[in-house]
Amino acid sequence: MGEDATSDKLAIALFSGTVDRLQAAATMAAGAAAMGMETHIFLMFWGVDAFRKDVIDTTRPVSAEYGDRGKEVAAAMEAKGVPPWHAVLRMAADVGDLHVHACAMTMDLLDIPMEHLDPMVEDVIGVATFVELSRDGNILFI
Amino acid sequence: MGTTTADLEIDARGSFCPGPLMELIKAVRQSDVGKKIAVLSRDPGSRTDIPAWVKKAGHDLVAIEDADDYARFVVEKTH
Repeated sequence: MGEDATSDKLAIALFSGTVDRLQAAATMAAGAAAMGMETHIFLMFWGVDAFRKDVIDTTRPVSAEYGDRGKEVAAAMEAKGVPPWHAVLRMAADVGDLHVHACAMTMDLLDIPMEHLDPMVEDVIGVATFVELSRDGNILFI
Repeated sequence: MGTTTADLEIDARGSFCPGPLMELIKAVRQSDVGKKIAVLSRDPGSRTDIPAWVKKAGHDLVAIEDADDYARFVVEKTH
């Protein structure tokens, strides 16, 4: 990483597959990667589902707990030309040290083979491996 | 338009946070040491993010110039 070398680390356990949470996770990951942090995203459950090649570029639901406000936010994101979460992540991988991992248990549970996931996902790992990768860093659960 | 000269000017006014910072980082990587890179941004986050990144990466923030609805940041690549 040259000039951006650092020992700081951010790890995100990405459980959600709703667009607002994916967007927030992608933005956090992008900020961390830009600031030279080693950044790991561990996809679990709906996070894995969102990275499926056949759905990654499709419209996803907004988190239900915000009710009708979700539609407003989705419309505002479209009107202001906010890049989709996966584009933000690709940008982050381009400038920084970002790694996306899929949870082995979820892959097994949902019967998703690795080749069905976007190439951004670099490997399938167990939770202990993720926790080990996160050692000395912060873990966010989104 | 800004008064500080730059070797490269990036118009990131259409980019959303953290896009302008990302575009700046890429341009700095691809430039030679000693070059000045200007980035135009409408993202209010750039106001704190660009100085924070420049400090962290150890480059020089030469100028921040305000225009009507955007700001121009000029960064010199120092190493």
